[in-house]
Amino acid sequence: MANKRIAKSNKLNGSDLTNEDLLDAYSTMVLLQALDKRIWIMNRQGKAAIVASSQGHEAAQLGSFWALKHHSVNPWFFPYYRDLGIYLAAGINPAELMIGYMAKKGEPLSGARQFPLHGADLSKRIINQSNVVATQVPHAVGSALASKIRGEQIVSITYFGDGASSEGDVHEAMNFASIHKLPVIFLCENNKYAISVPQKLQMAVDDISLRASGYGMPSDVVDGTDFLQVYNATVEAAQRALDGDGPTLIEAKLERFLPHTSDDDDTRYREPEELQLAKQSSDPVAKFKEFLILNKIMTKEQSAQIDERAKAEVNNATNIAESAGQPDGDDFYEHVYATKVE
Amino acid sequence: MPEINVIEAVRQAMYEEMTRDPEVFLIGEDVGKRGGVFLASEGFLETFGPDRVIDAPLAEDSIAGVSIGAAMRGMRPIAEMQFADFVWPAVNQIIGEAARVHYGTNGQVNVPLVIRSPYGGGVRGGLYHSQSPEAYFAHTPGLKVICPATPYDAKGLLKSAIRDNDPVVFFEHKRTYRAVKGEVPEEEYFLPIGKGEIKKNGAHLSIITYGLMLHYCLEVAEILLSEGIDIEVLDLRTLRPLDQELIVSSVKKTGRAIIVHEDTKALGVGAEVSAIIAEQAFDFLDAPVLRIAGPEVPAMPFATSLEDIFMPNTERIIQAVTQTMAY
Ligand SMILES: Cc1ncc(C[n+]2csc(CCOP(=O)(O)OP(=O)(O)O)c2C)c(N)n1
Ligand SMILES: [Mg+2]
Repeated sequence: MANKRIAKSNKLNGSDLTNEDLLDAYSTMVLLQALDKRIWIMNRQGKAAIVASSQGHEAAQLGSFWALKHHSVNPWFFPYYRDLGIYLAAGINPAELMIGYMAKKGEPLSGARQFPLHGADLSKRIINQSNVVATQVPHAVGSALASKIRGEQIVSITYFGDGASSEGDVHEAMNFASIHKLPVIFLCENNKYAISVPQKLQMAVDDISLRASGYGMPSDVVDGTDFLQVYNATVEAAQRALDGDGPTLIEAKLERFLPHTSDDDDTRYREPEELQLAKQSSDPVAKFKEFLILNKIMTKEQSAQIDERAKAEVNNATNIAESAGQPDGDDFYEHVYATKVE
Repeated sequence: MPEINVIEAVRQAMYEEMTRDPEVFLIGEDVGKRGGVFLASEGFLETFGPDRVIDAPLAEDSIAGVSIGAAMRGMRPIAEMQFADFVWPAVNQIIGEAARVHYGTNGQVNVPLVIRSPYGGGVRGGLYHSQSPEAYFAHTPGLKVICPATPYDAKGLLKSAIRDNDPVVFFEHKRTYRAVKGEVPEEEYFLPIGKGEIKKNGAHLSIITYGLMLHYCLEVAEILLSEGIDIEVLDLRTLRPLDQELIVSSVKKTGRAIIVHEDTKALGVGAEVSAIIAEQAFDFLDAPVLRIAGPEVPAMPFATSLEDIFMPNTERIIQAVTQTMAY
């Protein structure tokens, strides 16, 4: 059985995390935001071919990551293209990530064969094979099946958007996971748009989480811009998984601050007022900061230091990535097969 | 050596590998209590239990996708697609994902997965129980595609496929399941993936084939031997990677080639084989390469008379041989 129960949140901060944990998470969030903003600039400078920004999604990614970090030994992550936060939190350094966005030599996930964030880092237990939306969801369920067959106490988690939730892959995967009570968490980052298509043209329900009941699976809707809400919901889901009680669907409602990708023009389908409002009311980084300062977990001076550190780290990452070379193609034909045919 | 049929060979291969390695598991529709619709896994549920013999919901995409996820974690799933005609919902996961994982992760992750599926016609299966979809998969780098024709090959290749570290699509011709019998050694053996076999040596003409058609071609070779035509019959066994060396050496020896398969002709396996011959053995040819294959209709019709029009048969093969020899 699970070795870590949820500590009752008797602390002021409303979770079982220490204040140091929270500062650590916040620092990562600030770094994530700074890195993400820089990457967007790199795209506009013609140095990064394509970017899908995580801005607006920070709390959903980091809140769930921190929950698994504290409540599951060796969790497996099956994220999607918007989940820069997962990679950063898992310990892939900003320079390596920047190298990925610039498709330079030394890219750790796919050797720059794939779009940014695609490929794998087995040492961090992250696999995100494909650009084909939702295909990672059954992979996560298969990973959970492997854990169950082997009798391992390991949680697998997969991330996907509201758009992806319409794919058969997601439905089939949720059904399968529920039948076999697999230790997997489905985390939907609902930013209300699939590129330009608003949620009301994607589905006839307001909450994607409603779908869980169709599979006999518990679900939770959280404010995906609130780190601690996502954290606590994920802790509960992880506990359920480790107790052998099966999967959970968590719907994290949040806002996408930038166009779908750097190739998109969101002024074609999104009112500027709507976006402005979203940024004001739903900025996960601003919210987290305010919470920490209000609760005296962080001082303004500490906050400024965190910002400075992030800036320096991003500058450093940019320099390293800019000076990296192109992949030389020596291994172009390598790794088509793992077992070679003589 | 005991004589068994193809379905028994498949059953033995899976049984032995599941007994040996607890990381091997079987998943598919009706593979549990029912033992598979063709009884390939008869008795497995009792022996290996429900964790390793999984009756999947009727959802092929997730049968493949979940298997891929487990394989990414190092398990060795055998995923059964009940009929090859129903593999299409899973193609996104098989061709789109499984084939590309090793390349896409720069060699970090591999997918030791076997997709098994009964295929082929001549069984009154109509449009949706007769299909031969092997060329679609064989077109895909990253996959290995096997189409055995005999019990010996089916068992030896399936065992190799289960131990292989790549995704293997393993097509078993339904007509061969019970109709084709052959000797299989009692001791353990493996056959190499990617190697064809000369099933009959000959000097005058090479017939290159695989699957059920192998047996038609062997029959033709025997009939025509009495007329003094000495045919070599090459069974490809694996379609990807193709045994180019064997194809080329056989054609260099005989100077004539016919390719026979049940799948439709245009842009198929026969086209690839004849291109290999053109590229690598052109100077040795005494006659144009011919292809005997399924006709250009979407799939095999249901009525016996219509099915007969679709299926290549010994007469058509003999006609092609005669034409090639007379050139
Ligand atoms: C199967 C598939 N169809 C279409 C696309 C093109 N596409 C990429 S992302 C996307 C929208 C996805 O929206 P959502 O799942 O809500 O994620 P978000 O980008 O909003 O985070 C589309 C249509 C794709 N990559 N894969
Ligand atoms: Mg979306």
